[in-house]
Parts: sequence; C-alpha cells; structure tokens
Amino acid sequence: MATVEEILRQHPFFASAPDEEVRLVAGCGRNRMFRGGEFLCHEGDPADEFFLIREGKVALDIAAPGHAPVVFETLGVGDFVGASWLIPPYRWAFDARAVELTRTIGIDAACLRGKCDADHKFGYEMMKRFLVPLVKRLQETRLQLLDVYGKH
Amino acid sequence: MPQPYRVARVKRELADTVTLDLAPMVGTRPVFTPGQFNMLYAFGVGEVPISMSGGQSHDVFVHTVRDVGTVSGALARLAPGAVIGLRGPFGAPWPIAAVAGADLMIIAGGLGLAPLRPAIYQVLENRDRYGRVVVLFGSRNPTEMLFRHELEEWRQRLDVDIDVTVDHADPAWRGNVGVVTKLIPRAAFDPQKAVALICGPEIMMRFTVNALRESGVAPQRIYVSMERNMKCAIGLCGHCQFGPTFVCKDGPVMRFDRIAHIFARREI
Amino acid sequence: MDRAAASHEAMISCDGLQTLLDLLAARGYEVIGPTTRDGAIVYDRIAQLADLPVGWTDRQEPGRYGLERRDDRALFGFTVGPQAWKRFLHRPVETMWTMRKTEDGIVVAGDEAPAPKFAFIGVRSCELHAIAIQDRVLMQGPYPDVAYQMRRENAFIVAVNCGQAGGTCFCVSMQTGPKAESGFDLVLTELIAGGTHEFLVGAGSESGAEILQNLPQRQATESDFASASAIVARTAQEMGRHMETEGLRELLLENLDHPRWDDVAERCLTCGNCTMVCPTCFCTTVEDQSDLAGSSAQRVRKWDSCFTMDFSFIHGGSVRKTARSRYRQWMTHKLATWIDQFGTSGCVGCGRCITWCPVGIDITVEAAAIRAAPHPLKGVADGDG
Repeated sequence: MATVEEILRQHPFFASAPDEEVRLVAGCGRNRMFRGGEFLCHEGDPADEFFLIREGKVALDIAAPGHAPVVFETLGVGDFVGASWLIPPYRWAFDARAVELTRTIGIDAACLRGKCDADHKFGYEMMKRFLVPLVKRLQETRLQLLDVYGKH
Repeated sequence: MPQPYRVARVKRELADTVTLDLAPMVGTRPVFTPGQFNMLYAFGVGEVPISMSGGQSHDVFVHTVRDVGTVSGALARLAPGAVIGLRGPFGAPWPIAAVAGADLMIIAGGLGLAPLRPAIYQVLENRDRYGRVVVLFGSRNPTEMLFRHELEEWRQRLDVDIDVTVDHADPAWRGNVGVVTKLIPRAAFDPQKAVALICGPEIMMRFTVNALRESGVAPQRIYVSMERNMKCAIGLCGHCQFGPTFVCKDGPVMRFDRIAHIFARREI
Repeated sequence: MDRAAASHEAMISCDGLQTLLDLLAARGYEVIGPTTRDGAIVYDRIAQLADLPVGWTDRQEPGRYGLERRDDRALFGFTVGPQAWKRFLHRPVETMWTMRKTEDGIVVAGDEAPAPKFAFIGVRSCELHAIAIQDRVLMQGPYPDVAYQMRRENAFIVAVNCGQAGGTCFCVSMQTGPKAESGFDLVLTELIAGGTHEFLVGAGSESGAEILQNLPQRQATESDFASASAIVARTAQEMGRHMETEGLRELLLENLDHPRWDDVAERCLTCGNCTMVCPTCFCTTVEDQSDLAGSSAQRVRKWDSCFTMDFSFIHGGSVRKTARSRYRQWMTHKLATWIDQFGTSGCVGCGRCITWCPVGIDITVEAAAIRAAPHPLKGVADGDG
C-alpha cells in the first residue's frame, strides 16, 4: 500500500518537484475515493480541500432551476480539481462530480496555505507550480468560448 | 474541364452537412490519395474545393459538404440523380505511406474529420505498418459530432485509441467536455516517434500544434491541412497563395515547419 | 524556335522597316505595335509606320503620364505605356468552356478557336523579361496553360533597345535591361543622326534570321555598332529610379509587421491599377454564367487583382481584409515570395505601377523605407512558430 507521499511523487503534477516539497504537501494529504455519481464538492461550500486525480474522470457542472445541469469541463488523470481554495473567500464555484470510479489525493487547503505562509520559499514554489495548469486552463477555456467549430 | 458525375447517394450527417457519393458518368473515377480534394461544380452556380472524405476502395468519390455559402449550399441541397461537374484530384496528400513505423496522432476538429477520414481508413487497412495509432476528435457539441457512428465503431477496435470531446455538452452527454488539446497530454504516444496529422479550423490547428510541440513533437513531424480561396486548383489563378505556397499544389496538406513563420500571422 | 542572342546583324532604313511590317502581315501575322490613343501610347494593330507614335515621347513620374513632342521623328522614342503584351498572350477575358444540359447528363466543350499568330513590334527588354517570367508561371507548372502556350509559340517578337529611360524606369536595378539580350526573333536599335534614320537589326532566332534576309539592308559598320552601344549605355545611365535588390527577399519577409505597411495603407486606394498595368501580374478569377433556363452554362476566366476584397474570400470572410494586408501581399509577392515560387523576382523594373498609381505610390521608395529602418521580428527563425 503506497503512502500518500509516494503517490504524490508519481503524480504528473509533482513531476520534477524536489522531495522536500512533496513531503510537505503529503503531510496535508490523504486518499479520497469517489464512486461514479458521487460529488467531490458543491457550489458555495467551503473549499477546504482540493483533489489531485490519480484515476478516473470528474465533471464540473452548474445547474439552473428548471434545467438539467450542464457539464462545462471534464478533468482526468493528472488534473487537479479546485482552484477556489487559493483565493478568499475559499468557496467552491461549481459542483464537481465523479463520472466513474475516481481515486484522488485530497489535500487539506488550510493545512497547505498554512505551510505556504510559514515558509515563503516553499509557498513561492507551490504558487509557481499551480499557476501552470491554471493559466493553461484559462487558455483552453478561452478556446472553448471561441466556438471555433461553429459557422461564422 | 469538369467531368460529369452523378450523385449516387446523399447521406445527411448533420443539420447543415451531407455526404455525397459521386459516380463518374463516363469511365471510372481517377485514383486519389487521402488528403487530396476535387473541385465540385454546381451547374451554373460555381465551383468549390472539397476534400475527399471516403475510402480509396470505393468506386465513387465521397465528399462531405457543409452549407456555408452559395456553392456549398447548392451542393448540399442536391438530390440523388443530380449531375455535377468534377475536376481533380488535386493537392498534396497526407504523408501516410511515408511514415511507416511511426506512432500516429490524428487530431481532428469539427468538419476537419472529413479530410482525415480517408487517412484513417488507409491506416486501419494497413495497421501493422504503424506503431500506436491515436485519433482525437473535438466537436462543438454532441449533436454536431460528425461520423459519430463510425467513431463508435472504431472505438471497438483494440489497436487504436479514440478519444473525443465536445466544447459544449448537453445534459445527455457523458463524455469529455473541453477543448481537443486537453486530450493530448493524456494520449499514449511517444513524441519522438510520433507523426501528427491535424485538420480543423485554423484556430484549433494553431492551438493543437502548440500543444503537440509542448509535448515534444518536432515541427517537421506535424502536418496541417490548409484552406484558401481557390479558383483554378492548378496553380495558375493566384488566389490560394499563402506566403510563398500555393495551397492547391503545395498543399492543402503542409508540413508545419515549412509554414511555421506565417502560420500564426494575421492576413497572410 | 531558337531564341539565342542576336546572331546576324544588318542595317535597314525606315522603308526596310515598312517592308518588315508588310512581310509579317503577308505571312498571316496579326501585327501589333505601339500607337497613340487617348493621350497614351498603347499596343494595337498597326500596318504603316505612320501608325507608330512618330516623334512622340512620354514623361512619366509617380501618378503622372503625359506625351510630349520630340524634336526628331523617332518611331520608338518613348518607353512603356499602360499596357503590357500580356493583353494578347494572357488575355483579359477568356471563355474556358461551355456546358449544356442534355437528357442524360451534361456535355462540356472547350474553346475550339484556333490560336492567333501575333507579331509584336517594339518589345522592350523589360517586357521580354516579363514575357519570360509569365512563361515560367503559366507553362512550367504541373498544369501548363495550353491556350497561352499556343499563342506564345505562334508569336513573332521584334524587340527594340530603348533609346531613353523613363522617369519611373529601373530595369538596370532589376537586371532586365536596357539592352535586349534574348527572347526575341529580331531586335532593333533606332539610330537617328543628322539626316539619316536607320535601324541596326539583329536576329535572335532562325525565323528572325530568315525574315531578315528578305529585307532590303546594308551591312552594319563598326561605327553603326558603336552608335548603338552608345545609345544603350546612355539609356542605362538615365534610369529614373533605383531598386536595391541585395537581400531584398529576406528584408521584406523579415519585416512583415513593419510600420511602413500601415503608412502605405493610408495612401493605397486598393484600386488595383498596379496589377492591371504590371506585365507579370497573372492572377485570374472565373465567372460561372448560365442562361435563365439553367440549360447551358459557361465559365469565363478574367484578370483579377489581389487588391480586391473578394480575392482571398473563404467562408466567413476574406483572409486579407485590410488594405495593409493586401498591399503587403502584392509587394511581398512581387519582390520576395515570387522568388520562392519561380526562381526570379517578379518585378522587371518597368515602372508602370509607379506611373499609373493614382496616388503615386512608388515601390522603390517603399522598399527603401523598410531597408532604411528594418524591424526584424524578435525570436523567429525557420521552424519556430
């Protein structure tokens, strides 16, 4: 049975991260598993935890009254679910639901924020690391918005 | 000069897209290579370039046409039995025969799957010549997914990885949501061994090329299919120029490194 | 058809030149030469020497063209007018095919008319180069233009060495003149001195040599050769413009976002005059026409210009919407990417685009402006997007 630290070291998100950094993060992490259909979080709830997907698929969706929820993004192996924990008021912006059996490492947000505040060098490395997928996701979302396959 | 072809079959693919089977009225149809196109002439209306979208073993030319203008609209409204003019085949094709042994990343967006379908057919018919074969397809939404039935059939095979995604989902959709480039990091391929064939709207092709290069695929191993205004299709009218190239004869399939300096530049 | 440099020379008089015109007409050639009309020198059918612009010269500057009287009666004492020989070889309007609907399909018929035989009188060196350039474009690709080829093969070319340079000429910069070196059947140098008015004639092909034999002539002397050379040398010194061609292709392709393009876009009307008068511009469009009943149709090919909005139209709109992009396309094609495509520059230095631009845009000035202050792109090399 692999430890959280060993699992994180294998995860693409921490590829090429120094061992010390992984160890510090692992200290805030634990295994979390979601069956197909289970929610990882709900819109508006405190964003206490974020998730690194090891296996499976997660759908981000949002619902309006009278309408079925619409999935606007799906995430899979290597992605992390949750960015709202990074910025006040630390509340989930969307619902996230496991599409199939999904294994994740859940990382306690307050724990990790605390470690970043205590050690700024570690904090800077963590922020740099999170910025990469966040900026990429922004670029991809914009491309989605452009509706390139539609008739113009 | 255009040769007369009869519409043998019309298959409705999407609300605004049909596939036409075109049979020669005299003789047999010329041989073509996947990636090439014909100029299809709607009597009295005009001519447009449309890529072949069917297999080489058919004795008809198969073309998937989307109604986006006067001529394509006229073609999309043809009934079986109608006669059109056809000139071709023209153009530089997908380099399928030349890349034996490589891993193939075939990435399509929207209607871009049509010019790639003959390439996919040829690869699957000669499967043992290639390493991994990955087909990634991005569509606007689930109801506008071209060749959906065929994608599901290909998915049954054990020797090809198919992954599809939509930009916008509907409540019934259980698959991936997001742009097609997101599928690339998750695809199993060796960037050193891979050759990528990309076809779709130019914006999609630009982002896909970037994503592939970030994954480590060299620019000389990436091919895109370009599109420009064409009148003659034989390199004489000048309309299809894209920098120093003529899309009708130096393309439509072009190796990316040869056009890298103008690909993302506006109004070239 | 051998088109080597002049191999047989002689001197002929004006009568001899008239004999030449008569002989060509008798052999079934449609004889085309310069003539004055509507205040310009254009190319049209000629029969007599008097049809030529006798005693006229032209004054050309950016956006300006005018005819002036000379103080002699030179027959070729001018440079080039608004028309190029492409009017005859690469026709402005051409029916490609006609189509009829029948009971069981359609019947297509090509253009069956026999190709005309042209004799061109007074082709300048820059124009010889332009014809050669269009030969490369229209005949050396995988799909040669057969109609052009036939007209080209039938054509008999009488070149003329320019006795003066125009205000917008720069053939010396483009290495296309002023001396006609090849590509003609006969070449003339007009020698007017004191009371004599003669022409040094050289043959550039077997058909040229054969025709020359039939003209009344005298032997050319050393003095005649010296006079002819002196005229050509003087013309070369008088060029109205200069184009620096060293590294020009790279200069333009590395400056696709230079502010000069915005500058010229503010002046350019995208009227397309430059493309109409340019002897190498070859772009065409097709028009599909049908009768009201829809039972017959034809395809007509016409000259087109990359300056039109429709030129680059694909679904959704034109690729080159702005005047900036269209001017850039024309100039970078002419001076840079033409070399990638056909191995030579597309420009022969005739100056027509400068003269006939209504706002006087000067391609040599535009190129010099970019050269004076280049803005190379940062961090772009071949292979990097």
